[in-house]
Amino acid sequence: MGDLVELRAVTHAYRTKAGPLPVLDDLSLTIPEGKFCAVVGPSGCGKSTLTRLIAGLMMPDRGEVFLHGEKVKSPRKTVGMAFQNPVLLEWRTILENVMLPLEIVAPSMPRSQRETRARDLLALVGLAGFETKRPSQLSGGMRQRASLCRSIVHKPEVLIMDEPFGALDAFTREDLWQLMHRLRAEEPFTALLITHDLRESVYLADEVIVLSDRPARVQYRMAIDAPAPRPISMLYDPDSVAKLAILREQIEIAQGRSGEVH
Amino acid sequence: MDFLRKVAPPLLAILAIMLFWEWLVWVKGWPNYKMAAPSDLWPAFWKYRTLFLIQGWETLWRTVVGLGLAVVFGTFLGMIMGFSRLLRDALYPVLVGFNAVPKATVVPVIALIFVGEHDFNTVLIAFMISFFPIAVSVSIGLSTLEPEYRDILRALGASRLTIFWKIALPKTLPEFFGALKVSVTLAFIGTNLMEIVEPHGRGLGALFDSGKINADYPLMFAVLFALAFLGIVLFYIVVALERVFAGWADRSGG
Ligand SMILES: Nc1ncnc2c1ncn2[C@@H]1O[C@H](COP(=O)(O)OP(=O)(O)OP(=O)(O)O)[C@@H](O)[C@H]1O
Ligand SMILES: [Mg+2]
Repeated sequence: MGDLVELRAVTHAYRTKAGPLPVLDDLSLTIPEGKFCAVVGPSGCGKSTLTRLIAGLMMPDRGEVFLHGEKVKSPRKTVGMAFQNPVLLEWRTILENVMLPLEIVAPSMPRSQRETRARDLLALVGLAGFETKRPSQLSGGMRQRASLCRSIVHKPEVLIMDEPFGALDAFTREDLWQLMHRLRAEEPFTALLITHDLRESVYLADEVIVLSDRPARVQYRMAIDAPAPRPISMLYDPDSVAKLAILREQIEIAQGRSGEVH
Repeated sequence: MDFLRKVAPPLLAILAIMLFWEWLVWVKGWPNYKMAAPSDLWPAFWKYRTLFLIQGWETLWRTVVGLGLAVVFGTFLGMIMGFSRLLRDALYPVLVGFNAVPKATVVPVIALIFVGEHDFNTVLIAFMISFFPIAVSVSIGLSTLEPEYRDILRALGASRLTIFWKIALPKTLPEFFGALKVSVTLAFIGTNLMEIVEPHGRGLGALFDSGKINADYPLMFAVLFALAFLGIVLFYIVVALERVFAGWADRSGG
């Protein structure tokens, strides 16, 4: 299997009033097909920018982004996105929200088929029975579940998530971590997850990438080889604890605080 | 039962106000040229009932046409200003200035420019007075759309038109209807302004004017009531439309 996502020497700066703000600096990374890649890094280092470049919502100043070996020049239908804010449309029911991408990506698909697909996904994430509810009638965790359904309903090749669990409480978050593993087992996709939570990155990912402070480069990469059914208790294994310690240290280096006394 | 609970209180309120009014006129012994009593109104209505129907219709259709134009133009203007920062910056002061001009001063000007075109003049004033809130609300609704809402569709390669249709437009509907409630009343005022300031013998405004000329005070009061009634009807039509198209924004749980 080849690399599904590939960034080659991507450099990008935002044009601000105070002059150009370099955000990504000669950043290269690859995500092999079917793999789950977590990206961590200091706040404001350019992680969201990275997701927007891969999604084709923006073009980099220099360097190239490839999806399936094709250069990304504009958004494409084979991408799914989820954000910290579930961005559900209040005027649609949960079911209709999940069906939204299909209306864009597969306009010729019969409504009944779209509906079946959306219902199946909602059942998979434990939202059966909530199809006709409005987003405001759901809890934060349930909304994020629905949002995840929407981001994979059109079977994207790559799922890009920008801190999707960031606003949830710790227990709901762990629930959703486990859900993420179940989803991957049922619906294979390649994933890029931006997160601030090192435990989350270790629990979910096949590879964790630490970005340096702005302008971001890849500072450190770590493979996580734990086999498929990962229980939450995995995080308390000595191996995971050691990995977490290394990642924490790397974040401190990225923040430029490695020399400080703790 | 539910219906009764909704309709009974306002009806009772109106009745109470009427009774109080009747009582006040009676106690003070006002002649009807100073203050007509509600009991003077019914004869006036009855006497001129066909006129009320004909003129009420004149006022109504011109108001609705003016408002319809305001909705189309206001939405269009709002879209332009909502999507383009440059055009928003360029047009906003012009709009505010335009809106600040009292329309009573515009009425004679319009009447002079389009002399004799009574329907057109009246519709034009109704339109001019009522498009502003719609344009402002649509432009604000569109320009404050969170980028993430756009991105969920843009990331799939959806066109700007699709994004507008599926996201931006429905999301601005609550603001739009809020503005429409203001505009419907304004359009109504605009129509009557034209009918009264530049009377051309049609509409409730003209009926009011003839009441004035003939010193028929109960008729004048009756016209005011007819206007209030039409205003209420139009307003609640907008409220009903809002329920249908933007009912989801009502979180009060009904
Ligand atoms: N459209 C923009 N114009 C100008 N500067 C921007 C823009 N978007 C982001 N920035 C700046 O670029 C830098 C990187 O932004 P980005 O959102 O990619 O960071 P991030 O790593 O996602 O941050 P966080 O961890 O807080 O989510 C930040 O300093 C931000 O202020
Ligand atoms: Mg971010």
